[in-house]
Formats: sequence, structure tokens, C-alpha cells
Amino acid sequence: MGLFAMTKRALANVIAKPATLMYPVKPAKQFERSRGMLTITIEDCIYCGLCSRHCPAEAIVVSKEDRTWQVDRLRCIICAQCVDICPKSCLSIVPEYKKSVAKPPFVDLYQGPPAPPKPEKKAQEE
Amino acid sequence: MAGRQIVVPFGPQHPVLPEPIHLDLVLEDETVIEAVPSIGYIHRGLEKLVEKREYTDYIRIAERICGICSFTHSVTYAEAVEKTMGLEVPPRAHYIRTILMEYSRLHSHMLWLGLAADAMGFENLFMNSWRIREEILDDMEMATGGRVIQNLCTVGGIRKDVPDEMLGQMSDHLKEITPRMEELCKIFSHDSSVRHRMRGIGVLSKEEMWELGAVGPTARGSDLALDARCTGYSAYGELGFKPVVEKEGDCLARCIVRAKELMAAADLVHAAVRDMPDGPVDVGKIKGGPDGEAFVFTEQPRGEVLHYVKGNGTKHLVRHRVRTPTIANIPPLVKMLAGAELADVPIIVLTIDPCIGCMER
Amino acid sequence: MKTQNTTLREIAVGDLVTEAGAFKAKRYRFVQIGCTGIGDAYEINYTFDKNYGYETVRITVHDGDVVPSIAEHYWASFIYENEIHDLYGLMVDGMSIDFSGHLIHTATKNPFRNPPEVTKVEKEKLAHEPKEGDA
Repeated sequence: MGLFAMTKRALANVIAKPATLMYPVKPAKQFERSRGMLTITIEDCIYCGLCSRHCPAEAIVVSKEDRTWQVDRLRCIICAQCVDICPKSCLSIVPEYKKSVAKPPFVDLYQGPPAPPKPEKKAQEE
Repeated sequence: MAGRQIVVPFGPQHPVLPEPIHLDLVLEDETVIEAVPSIGYIHRGLEKLVEKREYTDYIRIAERICGICSFTHSVTYAEAVEKTMGLEVPPRAHYIRTILMEYSRLHSHMLWLGLAADAMGFENLFMNSWRIREEILDDMEMATGGRVIQNLCTVGGIRKDVPDEMLGQMSDHLKEITPRMEELCKIFSHDSSVRHRMRGIGVLSKEEMWELGAVGPTARGSDLALDARCTGYSAYGELGFKPVVEKEGDCLARCIVRAKELMAAADLVHAAVRDMPDGPVDVGKIKGGPDGEAFVFTEQPRGEVLHYVKGNGTKHLVRHRVRTPTIANIPPLVKMLAGAELADVPIIVLTIDPCIGCMER
Repeated sequence: MKTQNTTLREIAVGDLVTEAGAFKAKRYRFVQIGCTGIGDAYEINYTFDKNYGYETVRITVHDGDVVPSIAEHYWASFIYENEIHDLYGLMVDGMSIDFSGHLIHTATKNPFRNPPEVTKVEKEKLAHEPKEGDA
């Protein structure tokens, strides 16, 4: 028995179908909670900079004057600390992966809408 | 006869090593007289980084100290910080952490069994072990989002709840895979080519293992019943646990210990899913910083790991020290290699399950 | 969840080897040696274990002090003592295997020694300016 302990499994493997997926012909296995990449709904962002301060990899740079938010895809470790800390919940992790690129820029820049006009002061109306 | 000895370097690049370690082997006619280790190829200075990142963000870095035993590192760090701050983690979080730690042990042991088969040249068995491992990784991705880095643990509990239906699905899937895992264990203990390569190699007695401070399956293969899970941290105290030991003390005994631990881990997962309590999964918002110091010991797939944390009340820790099982198993490795044949050196190095990424942080 | 029993004691540097001998006689298992740099002093923790009761003894040394090795009682201590010597620059006397600083290869010598050298690095440019010369 010791000499041929593997035989049964080897024969079963020959007959059964392969365990690998025909990727990219068939799509890759993904689940609802899979961590693919970080995205932002830039319209809700208030540019407070909390995500940038809490990022363990220092991958996020926020600019309040220019109203931009950028993430360095090669530095991001998809740990979701920024998602937890954002006060407006505008960051999220989606299961889709970003396609690889060969040349810079590796940084994704999101330009937000211009700031809304400030409300009139009540004192001026009176 | 000093004139007939030569020095052969082993590593850092070697097909059998998952991570780089360097050994200088002093040989006399194919027998190793002594081995001199040398480390530092992937030292990243993570312990210095703790002074620059807040303790709630640092847990993400602590998880990435190692790729294979990652979840246990984050749980141990979280327990050390919770011990200094006196936080009480809800029971549901303890049970879910335990289930994921056992899944982490399942995938790590199957990875090792595949690598051991590959080191012997038995490619078919290597592919079979990893084929079963894929199903475990798919379950982990379904529950947490990551195959090897789970990102679920946080100081005070876990980030996101795993619903009961998902846990039931994972438990049922594990019951389906169990016959294939049992078949794998039987092949590793009975197959004659595996026995020829591993029986009687790298023998150390129980007394020597105790003297050298060995931990994990390396020690349990020599009849030394050491397992940090017996202290009852997390949910292990309520689930009940007995360590798996073998008596012979050679490479095959360590291999069989790991194979039997697969079945023990599956039993623990079923028991935890059955007894899962309800309730919240974290303590909510935490104020202030850790003040004081704490030692916490847990059982990684490779052995007993220690996290020592020291804080002074601010949000940045003063010191975080990790002592991983691989560095405790280097003195036994040096003793095992003395007197071995050159062709057996890859199997002996692999039998302590070297995780150099953890060892050097 | 049960808490683990861990105890901590401070001892003098001169008593270290006798304490290690006492632990060995009582059949304690050797666990680890860890070093922490606080200010200009170094605290070194030695941990021993019997039946999952972990006891730690601590000594405090300063730059230039020589730490005695416990290798006569526990042969396996060489790996931790060489690590302390390579990372912190402390001298340990009487190790069972002395690597003379060659156990751990680092780019700077004694990287954990207090205080660390800090070199200022310029922050990288923003995304909309393309970098030149990169792959």
C-alpha cells in the first residue's frame, strides 16, 4: 500500500476536469467583499485631509485650495483605514481591479467641482 | 583533517526556500560538519515605524509583517494594546477572530505540505495540496475580502461583522473538503517515497528540543507538548483544545504533526460556528492612548509568537517588539544540520517552516 | 477570555547570570531576550516560561556597559544576543557563538541606536507633472 498510496488520487485527477479557470476567456472569481481598488465620490469630499493623515503608506495627497484628491496606486495597500475614517463616507473599496500601466503617471488625480458660493450673511439683509 | 573541509554557501537564492536566508555549510566529503546562519536580507525596520504611525493605523502594518501568518500577527498586536488599555472585547469578535486564525493555520499548513513535497521532487502531491488550499483561500476572500491579508481585525474587536449564514456556508464547505484533507494526511504518512526521504533525518530528542528553546510543530514532533493555545486566549479557553504530538523527533514526525493539525483546526472551526454568540463586534470609539506595557503570547502556524507593546499615554507607541517562532527555531536548525548529508539539507531547512519575513520584520 | 499570567521584575546587571541559573535549575524554558531603547538607557527583558506562566526579568544598561551572556545556562541565547549587538551596538560578553557583527546585514551600522540619524527627503511632485526617465 505504501508504494501506491497516491494512485487513487492521480487517476481521479486524470478523469476529472481541471481545477483552473479559463481566465481571461471566463471572468475572474470575485466576491462582494473582495478588495480591488480605492475609489472616491469627489462631489461629497470636503478636503479635510483626515484620510491623508491616517494612511499607513502615505499614498493620499489632498489639496484644499485646488480641490483635488489623489492616490498613488503603487503605494496604496488597500487597507481601508481611510474608508473607516472619512467623515463624509465618500471613499469606498470596489472589487474591480485597475488595469496595469507600463509608464507613469501611477497616481490617479480626481478634480472636484468648484466650491459653492458662500451663503449671504444675515446681518446684510437687515 | 582540516585540509579536506570546504565551505559551500546555501541561499539566499535557492529553489526550496520561500524566503531568503543564508547558511554557510562547512562540508567534509558530503557530510555537513557545521552550519553558520546569516540573516538580514529582508529587514524592513517595521519596529521603528511604530513611532511614526498612530497605534490604530499601525495594526494594518503589523498584519503585513508576514504574508502567510498575517491574521495571527494582527490579533496578537490588538490583544497587546487591549491589555494595556484594559478594553473588553465582545465575545462574538473573539469567536470570529478564532475562526479566521484557524483558517489561517489550515492554509499555512497546506502551503507547507506542498512545499515539502516540492522539495522532494513530488510535484503531483505539491499540486494536490495547493488545489485544496485554493478552496480555503476562496472562503477567506468571501468572508473578509482578502485571500492572504484579511484586514478584519482592529483594536477593540473586528471592523465588519461576518453574518451567520456566511459562517454556516464556510462550515459546510469545510465539511465537503474534509475527506480530501484526510486523504492528503494518509498519503503523507504512508507513501513510501515520502518515508524514504524524511524518516530518520534531522533527529533531535525531547531533552535537546527543550534545551534549545524550540517552539511549534518543530518541538511537538519530538514529544514536547508546547502550544500557546492551551493558555486559553481569545475563544480557545471555551472551545477546549489539546496539542497534537508525535514521538519520533525526525522530519517525518514534524510533517505528520502538521497534517494532523489540519484535522484539529477543522474541528475547532465547526465547534466555533456551532457555539457562535450574538452581539456587537467592537467596543466603539476609543479615546486616549495605551499607557503601560504588555506581553501577549499566541500560537501561529509556526509556533509561539510574542508581541511586546509599550506606550506612554500618547497616540504613538514607544516600542513594539515581535519575537517570531522562526528565530526561536534557528538554534535547533543549527544543531540538526551538524552531521547531516548535503542532499538532506533542503528538507531539514524546510522542516522548521522558515518564515524569514516574520523573523526579520 | 482568560488572561495569560505574565510577571515582570527588575534586577541588577550583576545578578543576571545567577538568576538564569536559578531558572534553569527549576526547569524553566527559555523564551526570548528583547531590548528597548528609552532615552539614553536600554532596558533588556529576559523571558522564561514554565507551564504557561511567563516570568520576565529586566536589566537596565547604558552605552558602553558590557552585558554578561547567559550562554552557560542556555546555549540558544546566542541568536538574540547577536541581534542586540548588531542592532543596538551593545557589547555582550561570552556568547556561545559570536558572529562579531555579521549576523544581520544592514545598510547603516546599529540602526536602532538612540538617537537615530534623520535625513530630509523631498516630497515627490504631483500627478499632473509627468516624471521623466521612469520606466
